[in-house]
Amino acid sequence: MDMTVTASQALRADLSAAIERTNKRARSSAFWMAMPLVAFLTVFFVLPIGDILWRSVYNPTLSEVLPHTTNALVSWNGRGNPPIRAYNALPQDLINAQSKDILGKAVTRLNIEMPGFRSMLIKAARSADQLSAPYAPAFGALDSRWGSRETWVKFKNAAEVYTLGFYLAALDLERNVDGQIIQKPQEDSIYVTLFLRTFVIAGLVTVLCLFIGYPLAFMMANTTPFWRNSMMVLVLLPFWTSVIVRTTAWIVLLQREGVVNDLAVASPFFAETERMDLIHNMTGTLIAMTHILLPFMILPIYSVMIAIPPHYVRAARSLGASAPGAFWQVYLPLSMPGVGAGVLLVFILAAGFYITPALVGGDSGQMIGNFISFHMNETLNWGLAAALSGLLLAGVLIMYFIFIRTIGLDRMRVA
Amino acid sequence: MSKTILYVLLAAVALIAAIVAGLYVFGQNSEELANDMSRDMQTRAMPELPVSTPAAPIPGAAGQAKQFAGREVTVVSWGSAYTRSQIEAYHKPFAAQTGAKVASIDYNGGIAQIKTQVDSNTQFWDVVDMEVADAVRACDEGLLEKIDPAMLPPAYDGTPAMQDFIPNAIQPCSVTTIIFSHVVAFDTTKFPADKQPSTLADFFDTAKFPGKRGLRKTSPKINLEMALRAAGVAGPDVYATLATPEGQAKAFAQLDKIRKDVLWWETGAQPPQLLADGEVAMTTGYNGRFFDAQIVEKKPFKIIWDGQIQEHDVLGIVKGAKNKDVALEFIRFATGTVPLAEQARFIAYGPARRSSLPLVSIHATAGVDMKPHMPNAPENETNAMQVDAAWWAEYQEELNLRWAAWLARG
Repeated sequence: MDMTVTASQALRADLSAAIERTNKRARSSAFWMAMPLVAFLTVFFVLPIGDILWRSVYNPTLSEVLPHTTNALVSWNGRGNPPIRAYNALPQDLINAQSKDILGKAVTRLNIEMPGFRSMLIKAARSADQLSAPYAPAFGALDSRWGSRETWVKFKNAAEVYTLGFYLAALDLERNVDGQIIQKPQEDSIYVTLFLRTFVIAGLVTVLCLFIGYPLAFMMANTTPFWRNSMMVLVLLPFWTSVIVRTTAWIVLLQREGVVNDLAVASPFFAETERMDLIHNMTGTLIAMTHILLPFMILPIYSVMIAIPPHYVRAARSLGASAPGAFWQVYLPLSMPGVGAGVLLVFILAAGFYITPALVGGDSGQMIGNFISFHMNETLNWGLAAALSGLLLAGVLIMYFIFIRTIGLDRMRVA
Repeated sequence: MSKTILYVLLAAVALIAAIVAGLYVFGQNSEELANDMSRDMQTRAMPELPVSTPAAPIPGAAGQAKQFAGREVTVVSWGSAYTRSQIEAYHKPFAAQTGAKVASIDYNGGIAQIKTQVDSNTQFWDVVDMEVADAVRACDEGLLEKIDPAMLPPAYDGTPAMQDFIPNAIQPCSVTTIIFSHVVAFDTTKFPADKQPSTLADFFDTAKFPGKRGLRKTSPKINLEMALRAAGVAGPDVYATLATPEGQAKAFAQLDKIRKDVLWWETGAQPPQLLADGEVAMTTGYNGRFFDAQIVEKKPFKIIWDGQIQEHDVLGIVKGAKNKDVALEFIRFATGTVPLAEQARFIAYGPARRSSLPLVSIHATAGVDMKPHMPNAPENETNAMQVDAAWWAEYQEELNLRWAAWLARG
């Protein structure tokens, strides 16, 4: 009896050791097979995003270009007179920066903080080698603004190497001269409005895609192979066409003298004066984005629906369910994983759109992505662009967590 | 109700038409591409082509023939009719004389691209055609090479360049080639013959002159000036007013009046196109482009010279340009008396040299006298003002942001 137990125990131990070995081998080979993916994701995904997020708080320009002046301001708390040490350090800093041809960077950075810094700095730089101590009145003679506390508070704000200033700006906030965080004046506030608009547009596009995409996916999943394939080609054809071409096609169709308006005017319902503004506004953005993102809704829903055995609904009907009842209680819940995946895909993609709104959005259809690109390419304020991207990323992540909390990640199937 | 059904029907038709239109647009794009390519090749193959324009007899240039054989210089400008005039007047003769290839690239202005190239030390561009306000700012920021005015050739009669050029034309980093003008133009067929708009204020009066308006989207410059002038601010007071918060508010309020009727344009070629397509009834734009549409393409457009805003267009060299020597020679050549006068045969912009003016004659293909179409013709200048480049260099950053915010608020 004892012996049998020990023997079977030994056997079991052997077996589990063998299983463990096999598992370990499988795990390690899986690990090595995943390495290219991990490396790829790190290089092309984690590092760039990390770099951008880093830029949203890291702001070394002034401390590099005007190091001594920046240093002199560190101990100053922003109250009382501007420190004499800063005035004393500035001329040499300006001369050095000019000889290295990097003063422009400081000018741009400071002018973001306070318009007017450009001429102050350039004037000061031109005569920096002629200035003599005491420097505070010498600078004041060049431009009276050099004497004001506000100038130096702004300078100090711009000089912080690690700063939350970009995030404040991205939320339409600023620090006043006493360091308190206040709302920006209304004519300069835009980003909160844009974030809200971005999420509203993304939400509307998602709803539109769902209402158009769900019935279409249902038809594709429940028809003959011939029609299924034909419809699949029609869904995929635009999917393979460049986004810019598709967007431009909408301009041809929707502009005031475009195809749609021409047809409307030719019909008895619209007069020549009643041509509709369908593009270069929010309507245009919604139409074009819905069209572009539709395949991302249809494909996941279709892939789930095609796998739903048709006899489930038949069984429900034979057990007495009405047609809508069977759909509502059986088919819809079974198709939900596809709906969840489609909604999430479309919403996340829509929130980051910028080419389409840039082309057809006019002004009321602009989204936060357009302003990120504006600051990356036009104003070259990468810190602000990074902060806006960071906030957009945070917004999307929050939506993502709310979503998987309510629908459940395990219930989602992309394809 | 019937309208709702129609919307649905239209949406269905639109979906089908989208595919057709997609193919159509695709076709057009490739055609355009082919045009661009052939134009590009023309530009590149210049040295071999016979040159119809008289070789510019610039003193000092003799004996330097083919000095840049095998070299290349990239010249960036504003595209279509304007770039074509430069190709005819500058690029072709320059290539013939020096043997350098001139590559032409289009852009929409601003200094962002120059700054990116300089900051990352990847200068793809050599010479850039800029609005003077941008050039002043780029120069301050160290994005442009300094240009020694002493190298500019004197006029025929020996007048030194400094006296031959109009005031403010020679800046530390740039030399003015032409004076162009921001004007309002309209389609004469959109208004009854007895009620045609005639003043800048009419542009902002959509009650009296109904119809869509075209405005430049990419910059607050000109838009704000025109708004203030239409609101009754005199030309000489515009910049002093615009420097105050009240003045800015007044300008934006004036723009708000026509806001819902505005269609935005971004490239210089768009305004005449918007007029031709019937998308707008009136639009701001560059006088030379309107001239091209009006005279060369025979469109029923008319320019309102009242309230025109003149600006210098300049050539500058990107800091650290790879072909700086060729670029300098190009600017020296292009800003000579003859090429400047020659350019005015292709587009209605005024040459920046006094010695070029008498040489301005008739248009190269349309055969009309160019003088009455020049922004600085006396009868066009009765209510004109000049862009203040120094003012804009100072306020551009602040107003660009406010402009972008105003636009996006919708």
